[in-house]
Amino acid sequence: MRTILYIIQKEFLQVFRNKSMLPIIFVVPIVQLIILVNAATYEMKHIRLSVVDFDLSGTSRKLVSKFQGSPFYEIRSAHFSYREAEDQMKRGNIDMILQVPAGFEKGLLKENRAKVQFVINAINGQSAGLINAYSTMILLDYNRELLIEIVNPAMLAGTRNIQTDYSYWYNPKLNYKTYMVPGILVLLVTIIGLLLSGMNIVREMEIGTIEQINVTPINKIQFITGKLMPFWIIGLFELAFGLAVGKLLFDIPLEGNLGLIFMSASVYLFVILSFGLLISTITQTQQQAMLVSFFFMVVFILMSGLFTSIESMPLWAQNLDRLNPLMYFIKIMRMVLLKGSGFADISHHFWSLVVYAVFSLSLAILRYRKVS
Amino acid sequence: MPVTSVNVQHLTKRFGETLALDDITFDAGKGELFGFIGPDGAGKTTLFRIMTTLLLPDAGICKVEGYDVVKDYRKIRSICGYMPGKFSLYHDLTVEENLNFFATIFGTTIRENYDLVKEIYQQIEPFKDRKAGKLSGGMKQKLALSCAMIHKPEILFLDEPTTGVDAVSRLEFWEMLKRLKRSGITILVSTPYMDEAGLCDRVALMQNGRIMTINTPRNIIRNYPLSLLSVKAGDIYRLLGDLRKYPDVHSVYPFGQSAHVAFHGPDIEKESLEKFLNKKNHDVVEIMQVEATIEDCFMELMKTPGEVINH
Repeated sequence: MRTILYIIQKEFLQVFRNKSMLPIIFVVPIVQLIILVNAATYEMKHIRLSVVDFDLSGTSRKLVSKFQGSPFYEIRSAHFSYREAEDQMKRGNIDMILQVPAGFEKGLLKENRAKVQFVINAINGQSAGLINAYSTMILLDYNRELLIEIVNPAMLAGTRNIQTDYSYWYNPKLNYKTYMVPGILVLLVTIIGLLLSGMNIVREMEIGTIEQINVTPINKIQFITGKLMPFWIIGLFELAFGLAVGKLLFDIPLEGNLGLIFMSASVYLFVILSFGLLISTITQTQQQAMLVSFFFMVVFILMSGLFTSIESMPLWAQNLDRLNPLMYFIKIMRMVLLKGSGFADISHHFWSLVVYAVFSLSLAILRYRKVS
Repeated sequence: MPVTSVNVQHLTKRFGETLALDDITFDAGKGELFGFIGPDGAGKTTLFRIMTTLLLPDAGICKVEGYDVVKDYRKIRSICGYMPGKFSLYHDLTVEENLNFFATIFGTTIRENYDLVKEIYQQIEPFKDRKAGKLSGGMKQKLALSCAMIHKPEILFLDEPTTGVDAVSRLEFWEMLKRLKRSGITILVSTPYMDEAGLCDRVALMQNGRIMTINTPRNIIRNYPLSLLSVKAGDIYRLLGDLRKYPDVHSVYPFGQSAHVAFHGPDIEKESLEKFLNKKNHDVVEIMQVEATIEDCFMELMKTPGEVINH
């Protein structure tokens, strides 16, 4: 036990003596939170719109002004030829064309039907989908107003009408930052845990100190514990620090029990640290360890549900994602922080992490050899 | 034969195609200062890594203080001190922190075994707050030796401790080893420097994974079968070529500033050789009969791969 404590003490000594370590621990989380949370947003503001209005009637103008009034749209230009508008789209100046054909008003009044056209730049499919949804919503709204205005309100009273009203739960203002912060924090803990732990052991191989350690009577459990504990502590500290920054800068909600968050985090860190340890057993240099860690990290992060929703992935990918520890922890973080979920709600994810931790840690310990 | 400390029999290790150790057999007695001499790639480090339980042998037996390196590796790890060839302490820890760390993981303290390392450690103690990475080569080596000694090992394995260290520090280091030896500790040391062989009790000359001979340095020199002349002349390069043309010459090789010429038999024809060289327009500075050194013996053994003689 004294040996383990001493190794931990030595690790901390080295970590804090390393001049690049303190900035990594304190600056990286702040920068990551500020940049990623503000940049990685799906909120569509300033959708650049071109209008091609062939009707030029009061009704069509009302439709256009409806778009103009929306905070999401910004009318960039108006054209009298569709080709001109398309040209703008090709040049990348606009995101959407709204085309109102001639006879729009007439059609509405006489035949009760008319058509408009949305042309959306769909290079980014996700934002195109969002633009479409927003536009359709505006159009529906417009339709309703039209009904009241044109058609006799008395007649309307007789018809049945279902009105949809919505309220967004757990994130009432649809604040994207609130959604992003918990995920970014997971990312942070993962990077710190995976890179630092893996690199640390490989560094000892590079310098050759591992040889010296290996001829000593300390056993591998002592050595591994001594190596992993410092980063486990730093990882938990990092999470606390990140949560504080998130609360102060972005005022993220902390609905649930923080104890639950840290309990899950401590298990999650074991998974990540054992991954680091495993990587260190298959690599010889810090550079190799870095590259291998990056490979896993990119796959894990992209499939974690941080940026894209897991539910929209194909089924095989969703099944594959059961192997992704980030996915579980991001879910737990979001559920507990935003929704205030209790242990019963997250128990499935939590136990999955526990199983994962036991499995990966045993594998890493088995793989680690003192003799070559 | 005194009590054996290290017993190695038919040890073999292969790395892919290369045979790093080829049927190595030797015994090192308790309290002996035993040297392994050989050029880079002779297999010294591989042998040391097997003896210190860092590497598993392919075949053969290796016992340290009666413990098998494969089965009882735990026992060996607590009784042996190892100093790898490459300086492998923590560069970012201070001298004292390094020593403290190794003392602790061996379950002891600096204070408990201070007497043991005192003589060596005192020399670097004034710098105990300096980071190990910032020490000079000689000081690094002293620190490494202190760290290898701090747990009071019964046997020390020093793998090329003097490589890359200046001549003065090298001598100093060997002085330290001699003093350590007096405390009864067995020391196995490897070195590529032939001149260090004379400082060992017994040496094993190694080449290409094999031990060519094992003996005391004195006996190795006594067993040298040839007569040796040292020849100095202006143009050493041309001299070497011409000497090889001289009849009855066994071998010629450069030795420092001069050329060593080995002949069979005790009859040395200094005069006729001088005449021969003068005829070839060499301004011969001196021709001297010399006693063989370990290096001469090594050169000779390399030429005649024969049976290993274990004395």
